[in-house]
Amino acid sequence: MCCQAYWHRVAPGLTGVNRRGRPAPSLRHVKPSRGTLCQSGKVMTNTHPIVFRTEGLSKVYETGTLKVHALAGVDLQLYGGEFTVLLGPSGSGKSTLLNILGGLDHASAGRVWFRDLELTGLSERALTRYRRGHVGFVFQFYNLVASLSARENVQLVTDVAIDPMAPDEALDRVGLSPRADHFPAELSGGEQQRVAIARAIAKRPEVLLCDEPTGALDSKTGTAVLDALKQINETMGTTTVVITHNAAIRGMAHRVIRFADGKIADVTVNQTRLAPQDISW
Amino acid sequence: MKALDLKLMRDFQRLWVQGVAIDVVLACGVAILLTAFGMHRALVDTRDAYYERNRFADIFAEARRAPLSLLEEIRAIPGLRMLEARVQGMAVLDLPDRDAVAMGRLLAWPEDGAPLLNLPILRSGTPPERPGEVMISDAFAKANGFVPGDVFSANINGKARDLTITGTAVSPEFIYTIGPGALMPDNAGFGILWLTQADIASAFDMVGAFNHLALRLGIDAVPADVIEALDQLLDPYGGRGAYGRDSQISDAFVAAEIDQLRAMAMVVPPVFFAIAAFLVGMVMSRIVTLERAEIGLLKALGYGDGQIALHYLLLAGMIAGLGVALGWVAGSILARAMAGQYAQFFDFPYLIFHVPGWVYAMSALAGLASTLVGALRAALIAARLPPAIAMQPPAPPVFRKTGIDRAMAALRLRQTTTMVLRSLIRWPLRSALTAVGLGAATASVIAAGFMFGALDRIIDLAFNQTYRQDAAILLSAELPISALVDIRRLPGVMQAEAQQFHPATLRRGPREKRVSIEARPYGAELSRVIGADGTAIEPPPGGILLSDRLAAQLEAGVGDRLWVSFHTGQRETHEMVVAGLIEQYFGLGAYVEMGHLDQLFRRSPQMSVANILYDPAMLPDLQRALHATPLLGGVIEMTENRQSFQETISENVVVVNGVYAVIAVLITIGVAYNAARIQLSERARELASLRIIGFSRAEVSLVLIGETMLIALVAQPLGWLMGALIAAALARGFSSDIYAIPLVLAPADFARASLVVLGASLASVLIVRRRIDRMDLVAVMKTRE
Repeated sequence: MCCQAYWHRVAPGLTGVNRRGRPAPSLRHVKPSRGTLCQSGKVMTNTHPIVFRTEGLSKVYETGTLKVHALAGVDLQLYGGEFTVLLGPSGSGKSTLLNILGGLDHASAGRVWFRDLELTGLSERALTRYRRGHVGFVFQFYNLVASLSARENVQLVTDVAIDPMAPDEALDRVGLSPRADHFPAELSGGEQQRVAIARAIAKRPEVLLCDEPTGALDSKTGTAVLDALKQINETMGTTTVVITHNAAIRGMAHRVIRFADGKIADVTVNQTRLAPQDISW
Repeated sequence: MKALDLKLMRDFQRLWVQGVAIDVVLACGVAILLTAFGMHRALVDTRDAYYERNRFADIFAEARRAPLSLLEEIRAIPGLRMLEARVQGMAVLDLPDRDAVAMGRLLAWPEDGAPLLNLPILRSGTPPERPGEVMISDAFAKANGFVPGDVFSANINGKARDLTITGTAVSPEFIYTIGPGALMPDNAGFGILWLTQADIASAFDMVGAFNHLALRLGIDAVPADVIEALDQLLDPYGGRGAYGRDSQISDAFVAAEIDQLRAMAMVVPPVFFAIAAFLVGMVMSRIVTLERAEIGLLKALGYGDGQIALHYLLLAGMIAGLGVALGWVAGSILARAMAGQYAQFFDFPYLIFHVPGWVYAMSALAGLASTLVGALRAALIAARLPPAIAMQPPAPPVFRKTGIDRAMAALRLRQTTTMVLRSLIRWPLRSALTAVGLGAATASVIAAGFMFGALDRIIDLAFNQTYRQDAAILLSAELPISALVDIRRLPGVMQAEAQQFHPATLRRGPREKRVSIEARPYGAELSRVIGADGTAIEPPPGGILLSDRLAAQLEAGVGDRLWVSFHTGQRETHEMVVAGLIEQYFGLGAYVEMGHLDQLFRRSPQMSVANILYDPAMLPDLQRALHATPLLGGVIEMTENRQSFQETISENVVVVNGVYAVIAVLITIGVAYNAARIQLSERARELASLRIIGFSRAEVSLVLIGETMLIALVAQPLGWLMGALIAAALARGFSSDIYAIPLVLAPADFARASLVVLGASLASVLIVRRRIDRMDLVAVMKTRE
């Protein structure tokens, strides 16, 4: 299922022409590489392309005299259409990894590829182009622009994306059409996070990177947000990475990667996935 | 509309109070630039057009009595294009509803049509055609309520005559009309009168002769050469030295005003633009700090660094746009008000008031550029902010223990006081910039107010110390000093002193200046010369006292020798030693001792002016007696001059300076309000925490008020210094040959400026304080910084 969705969505981009018939230069150099493993809930096949690949990825933060090794040599592969949960305590390097994968931050050492595009060493300008073309972000604190309504917050993305969906379609996918004209201050936390998800998916990203998307939410609203993420992953085939503290969420992932001290502690493949409704905390 | 543009609009709406606070300052700069440049342009254009259309002369010359046959020779001077000779003279006027003596300058009106040069423009009626008919200057007619057909009496060369007004006119020669010896224009007491050539020639015994020449030069003429040639030709006929437009009184006043406007345009607006840039920088830095997470988000969404920088620059641009628009409106109104003022002082037949497009464009550009410069740093910070860092809360600022902290600990300061002091010390640049902003506000009050002190000083020096006479009686010819006895016998005269005026040219090396030398007897009490130390000084025999501006123009110092060529009497040239320099605000004065001068001229003591003190109760008798006095050239009422001067000040200077003071207060509010708002937004969490811990509102407010007021206090000495510098620049810019503005700054000026700024700062911070009272403690604590 996920493979089909993947090819349906990405193929036009790979030919260098997007669905509106315009050249998509940022996609030209990004070709899918064949992975050896595909994880579609039960079975992994070699038909699934590798979306992200890292080799010895390290990140050192220097604050004054103090050196913090946020990432200490991470080797990882993430596959097309995969829903991955990154678990781990604070400071274990999850967010740093997500930032580097999303082109928000540079690695101190090691290499990282998005398909065959090496992100390490890209200029700020190229990283901006990469984010604009391929990555959707969802953050713990929603990060909505307070002075823009729900629709306008989504429009913020559709204005600059290469082949976006209509803002209302994106809001519809997270079930927020009726609240499109409300400002963030008039929305509940769950609603705000769903706007953030709508905003992230509106550009039809190949990857959706979510940093603690339910971290500020209660169980009920959190479930609604998770459901929205699952829907996107399944219907659009978007490779989804979710960081969480919340171990309960791991049940809905294809794969769960646990971090500790800047390294991957272990990887678990879920043979059966939980539906978001069955998750609570 | 794009979502980012929507954000821009909404941000701008949200910031409107702060934006308006900045815009008021910016608008002041734009408005003053527009007004000063616009009026400068208008005056230059109007003057040039008026001079060109009405053939205002380039060179003027006066002689005692030159034959018309001399004109053949004068016409042969190379470079000459047009030439007109006329007869002119002075007359004492007896106006129907005026007790005081009025004076008129009589000019000949050619029988064969209009004058060739300095062509008057008829405002009503017709020019004079027959003897006994007179056309008068428009301002004189208006001030006295004269209309064509009215009759008044004039004492022309000792003969009383009735003159019938046929018309009124304005002339490029008399855009600014000031009577001989007067310090202020007096339209009711001094007028220009045109009589027919035949009439005036016979009245002054000038048939076949002239005593005034006006010349227009070709473009290739060298004015100095023409003046030289003219002086030589006129010398045998009592020539008084030819002069160019720069020494023509009316033109000199107009030129001085034009220079003043340029000085104002150069000095004042940059101050406002700098403050506006500073305010924009302050507010934009804070916005970028507050929107850190949003900036990170926008970058995560794929917005480029350039787009982000542009976004914030556009916000500044919108502030600039509003400010410029406000400035244009205010500038247009101000320019109209100023045009009205000019109409009061200058008699232009029209005012070419058209602020050129480039002035609007330039003011807009200056406004926009200053805001963008102000916002640039913040925009670059936003552009450079790495997205991953931007989305994390900023690290708490690093505080370290320093000697100052140990001192604070030793003083056992309260924690809230420590907070205030520490934040000042930890952000020295920001504290310093805020202090500079508030200092600029203080400076603007000082710069606006210095004119009051300066004018007080001018009035005191001119009227209380120098010109202490009640009136000066001008004689139509030089008389033996024994005439003083007759003057002392006039009703009400309590004291009388003789004085002489001599037009002369002072030369020192290649430099020369045409001035009027005042000679007074040793020990004169009524009209004195005041030295730089404030005491009366007497020119020693053989010595000459110069006003410091005249000395500067001649590059002469005390002890230097000057050649003085007198244009009166035997027209001799004598060498004199500069005996001292005096500070003087009106004209370029030169003073010698009268007794010595008479010796130098080898003649018995003479006088041309009598300065008198009179008993005010006897004034009507005195005025009647004066009207009947033969050889009276005119009367200068010093009391009237003083009144007129003070009225002018109260009408104009006070209004203009009132506007400046309001502007200064607005600057203060702009700076203090923005500073306090920014502080509140930075400290909201801290202050809320203090409230939660149990501090009272008053105690918490003290942190906010304390910091702003402490900076405001520190800013004061800086403001005094800046204010003094700006005032000095203005005083320099306003000075011309005609007058100088002294730089008078009393401690009271500094104190008043500081009080205004401290008061406005306190008011601004109290307005912001109200936000602390309304602060939702829980909400503030929950907000992620």
